[in-house]
Amino acid sequence: MTPTVRKPKIIKNSVRTRLIVFGILAVLLVICSLLSDHLTPYDPYLQDLSNAKAAPSQQHVFGTDRYGRDMLSRVIVGSRTSIFSTLLLVAIITAVGTVIGVFCGWHGKKIDTVLMRISDMFLAFPGLVFALAVAGVLGGGLHNAIFALAAISWPKYARIARSQTLAQKETPYLRAARLSGSGTVKMLAKHVLPNIIGPILVTSMLDIGTMMMELAGLSFLGLGAKPPIAEWGSMMSENRALFTTVPWITLAPGLAIFISVMIFNLLGDTVRDYADPRTRGR
Amino acid sequence: MQPILKVENLTKVFKSNGRPDFTAVDHIGFELMPGECLGLIGESGSGKSTVANLITRLTDLSAGRVVLDGQDISSLSGRGLRDAYRKMQMVFQTPTESFDPRRRLGDGIGESLRNFGNCRAEVKERVAELLVQCGLTPDFAEHYPHQVSGGQCQRAAIARAIAIEPRLLICDEATSALDVTIQKEVIQLFGRLREQLHLSILFICHDIALVQQFCDRVLVMYKGKIVEEGVPDEVIQAPRNEYTKRLIESIL
Ligand SMILES: Nc1ncnc2c1ncn2[C@@H]1O[C@H](COP(=O)(O)OP(=O)(O)OP(=O)(O)O)[C@@H](O)[C@H]1O
Ligand SMILES: [Mg+2]
Repeated sequence: MTPTVRKPKIIKNSVRTRLIVFGILAVLLVICSLLSDHLTPYDPYLQDLSNAKAAPSQQHVFGTDRYGRDMLSRVIVGSRTSIFSTLLLVAIITAVGTVIGVFCGWHGKKIDTVLMRISDMFLAFPGLVFALAVAGVLGGGLHNAIFALAAISWPKYARIARSQTLAQKETPYLRAARLSGSGTVKMLAKHVLPNIIGPILVTSMLDIGTMMMELAGLSFLGLGAKPPIAEWGSMMSENRALFTTVPWITLAPGLAIFISVMIFNLLGDTVRDYADPRTRGR
Repeated sequence: MQPILKVENLTKVFKSNGRPDFTAVDHIGFELMPGECLGLIGESGSGKSTVANLITRLTDLSAGRVVLDGQDISSLSGRGLRDAYRKMQMVFQTPTESFDPRRRLGDGIGESLRNFGNCRAEVKERVAELLVQCGLTPDFAEHYPHQVSGGQCQRAAIARAIAIEPRLLICDEATSALDVTIQKEVIQLFGRLREQLHLSILFICHDIALVQQFCDRVLVMYKGKIVEEGVPDEVIQAPRNEYTKRLIESIL
């Protein structure tokens, strides 16, 4: 009997440990990007042509770019643009998708059908291609890139929120709340939303990494953040011509993207495991 | 005297894609007087819960009228319906599921009080009072639904239903998960409320002995229709309808 009793406990503990570890890492990342102005060893915008394209050394851990700007400083400053625009994007699509989904699920009828067909249309499109087209039409720039990715990414959240709301709608406790004289807004805010928000938040955690990649991708293609603003995707793109002669020059932004995407993905996975009572145990 | 509840021609047809329409409640009508307790019995699936949901307007009517205290509530919605819920409450058949799993029992019991304009402190006090009235202790207000037993949850559900002192109480198998002693207490509580508040009760129940002891009148439902109506002793001792006969034989 002992092993079957102990097993869930081990799983639970490891999930919780992972949650704490990755949570702390993610928070550190966000704090770093908040304090980035104070963490840079050099001025990230200061050009020093005499020291351009320097190889990694004690003074410049990741080398310098073609204008002699310190890569490490630029990556640190770039974290603010990259991480905050990603978090903003994920917040937007989560909020918009949830509102639309809850509305559709609750209201039903024609408007539900129409909105869901529209979201089907978006879901059927390859995301990055659509975002490229939108950003291309609107012109480059970080705001347009965020808008383009938001326009294509909300339907996933609307789908989840809608199906969750439909499942909630007929539960006895919602009927009881109605019978207790709660109006629609109260029922949605006090009963429906708290009960559906878990899976939605898990999805957004898992999406942070993806969205970071896609934003960096758009910036890399010149449709996101514009130089001289330090942003990881555009930094890689700026320096890609030099890749053959000075290969370390894209190392710093590449590593930064890789590490942050990995941290947020692992955090998302862990939150999903934690939210699922079967893997968390009782 | 005007009936507190009058139901006319009540009908519910469930439509589903593919399968033929299903008439769960078939043109039924009855009246309930103030202070009266009306039993509703019938086998599983005969449409009792559907009747309760139709009267409380939690399910849309296919046809018919529901008149509560002289007011036709069958086409009300929004504010009007919420006002009607001041006079009419229900104890659900599934007590544990009728409380939000993420909220404490006290929140659920006090929800109607807050919605009808009581302040937080008043609500807290009243909830404690109600819990004691229903045979629980005040600290149950802090428990979550999954932390209490089915019977305790059922008593909390009863507390919630009587919180705003309705004129009509619909009990959908409200005592089925209670053991005999607690059941007796709850029945006594209902008896007191009937005297104090002139409460009318529609008592949906499987237990014929309980109906016989507690109800003034009984309706027998079979396949969505009311097949017999009368004083419990007469219906049970001399059932006129063939189905009632079988139902009573099978239980006694
Ligand atoms: N939403 C629905 N859609 C389709 N059919 C339904 C729906 N709700 C109930 N029914 C059907 O209506 C009939 C009556 O159901 P109801 O719940 O009223 O029975 P009941 O008399 O309360 O039974 P029990 O004693 O088991 O609670 C059943 O045959 C059921 O299958
Ligand atoms: Mg029922």
